[in-house]
Amino acid sequence: MKRLLSLFLCLIMVISLFTGCTKKEETSGDAAGSSDVIKIGVFEPLTGENGGGGLQELDGIKYANKMYPEVLGKKIELVIVDNKSDKGEATTAVTRLIEKDKVVAIIGSYGSGVSIAAGDIIKNAKIPAMGASCTNPMVTQGNEFYFRACFLDPFQGRVMANYALQQGAKTAAVIMQNGDDYSVGLGNFFIDAFKELTGDEKSIVDVSEFQVNDTDFNAILTNIKAKNPDVIFAPSSATTAPLIIKQARALGIECPIMGGDTWENPAVIDVAGDDAEGIVLSTFFDENDPATEEAKTFVTGYKAELAGKEPIIPAVAALGYDAYLLVRNAIERAGSTDGVAIRNAIAATKDFEGVTGVINFTEEGDADKNIAVIKTVKDGQFVYIDTVEVK
Amino acid sequence: MTFEVFMQQLANGISIGSLYALLAIGYTMVYGILRLINFAHGDIFMMSAYFMVFGMVTFGLPWYVSAAIVIVAAVALGVLIEKAAYKSLRDAPRMSIMISAIGVSFLLENLATYLFTGVPKGFPDIDILTRAISFGNVSLSVATLVTPVVTIILLFVVLFITNKTKIGMAMRAVSKDFETARLMGININRVISTTFVIGSALAAVGAILWGSKYPSVIPLMGVMPGLKCFIAAVLGGIGNTTGAVLGGFILGMSEIMLVSFLPSLTGYRDAIAFIILIIVLIVKPTGLLGEKVTDKV
Repeated sequence: MKRLLSLFLCLIMVISLFTGCTKKEETSGDAAGSSDVIKIGVFEPLTGENGGGGLQELDGIKYANKMYPEVLGKKIELVIVDNKSDKGEATTAVTRLIEKDKVVAIIGSYGSGVSIAAGDIIKNAKIPAMGASCTNPMVTQGNEFYFRACFLDPFQGRVMANYALQQGAKTAAVIMQNGDDYSVGLGNFFIDAFKELTGDEKSIVDVSEFQVNDTDFNAILTNIKAKNPDVIFAPSSATTAPLIIKQARALGIECPIMGGDTWENPAVIDVAGDDAEGIVLSTFFDENDPATEEAKTFVTGYKAELAGKEPIIPAVAALGYDAYLLVRNAIERAGSTDGVAIRNAIAATKDFEGVTGVINFTEEGDADKNIAVIKTVKDGQFVYIDTVEVK
Repeated sequence: MTFEVFMQQLANGISIGSLYALLAIGYTMVYGILRLINFAHGDIFMMSAYFMVFGMVTFGLPWYVSAAIVIVAAVALGVLIEKAAYKSLRDAPRMSIMISAIGVSFLLENLATYLFTGVPKGFPDIDILTRAISFGNVSLSVATLVTPVVTIILLFVVLFITNKTKIGMAMRAVSKDFETARLMGININRVISTTFVIGSALAAVGAILWGSKYPSVIPLMGVMPGLKCFIAAVLGGIGNTTGAVLGGFILGMSEIMLVSFLPSLTGYRDAIAFIILIIVLIVKPTGLLGEKVTDKV
């Protein structure tokens, strides 16, 4: 019996070895043999703590691919890899895209930490990358091959600090995730802006940090409650946000709780339930206020595509759509699939009409955007409050 | 720090500590019987949370019915894992069975990711557990109060089973000496299955209470609690049920107290668990209540 079993296992292993081989040959044969496909890599977290947001962004990119499937008379093929919201996995995933799949450009990723981790590989391979919603400045800093379609955290932090002040907040507490570039970055930009705007060094009454995958925030929140701030700013993933919100309310903390762009995710409302009412967040896009012609077509088309899967169009989907279009547009203008040529074409993008506004790139490779949308949650829905412009 | 804040933190500590304790019992029991660290324990916990979501949200069952189903399903899963992944390795070196446990853990995590995606699911509200009550400025959810009580009751149930029943006697015999117990005619397979039944049932109860307090259900939600509860079990003396509960409380309390007395170190909260583990392993490897076992030659 045992011998039979081991024989059977051996057989399976041998077979799997062969299937592995044939598959590989097929794909490499495709890449070399047929030149009628242009490959664009998509590098997103589909699992892990940012899996929810990554999927939304991917949906936007896939939709863009469906609407604009061709460039230079060739079909665009999306090669999707999962970076598992993990910096280690991120470098492996990007290396795979470049070395094995030979993509001409890369789109992604949701989450600044993974994008920063992959930055050097992208730079050395001279393959242009277009971040959709990674907002930390370090993603594009000193990396001429990394671009992004969204605004930056210093701007976002300022917008939120401004809003908090307008609402009459004089003191604030900040909660951020230790080791997460997005969360710590945005948290610190908020702290700087808030101190500057209030002119009071003591206006930030508490700064607390937590670790990835932490679920218990009672201790941190109890400390914060004792200091009684007017507002809590807690940039965090959509997985963590509802836990913070719920526990804060259960502890009897009644002040407004604010977050960043990651919070615009149905999962936050779904998990936090009634406690999500009144949270404030900043985001990139509002479907009720389309900025361009492209946006209008996108809103109608994508609404139908979603078919009620999500109540509103997630801003990251819009950005994913824009990122794809920017890359496609650049390939078209470059007229080639050479990495450096595409890179230069992206940098030369002028007044590109995207879904999230008109896009030009700064020296650093960031979309020159100065508009953010502030939303809240009312009756279990994200509701538009204001569009803020900061000069 | 005012008295109120301290009381609130004390409540926080007891609450998280008792959750750790519930899970730690499962680790310690399996270790006691099989000398196996059941890495899949945290994932049984995770699956239980998903079962609860399906029971209450998808099928709209009342919470007590779902809870019963969840416990049964978790028990079935635990026993199935034992039969499929551990039983055939009973005579293999201990390392093989441990690696098999790690494999099962990864399998369950990835299966959950595949089936339910990484998007967090909201744990359903169990009205009587999530209601908040406040004493002056100290505000607690009912779950916070109920959890320690449930943990203590279950501890006594487990102690009763192991000390007063026939199967419990068999369990203790197996834990003392596997081979001799087998020679004496004890049905080893039944004893091991029972251990997994108890451990998994406790994991399911833990998941329901955990979900009521921390309602974000994701495929990796069992990893950190799993690690920490393992540490709690080691701290209390692995193999000793009372020790596991004690370890859970100490661990939960020290985490919370670190945050409340040294707020600048909040980011190192997870580190404290591992520091405790290292200190225990250096100073008293058998744990607080563990017995010194002389290895048979």
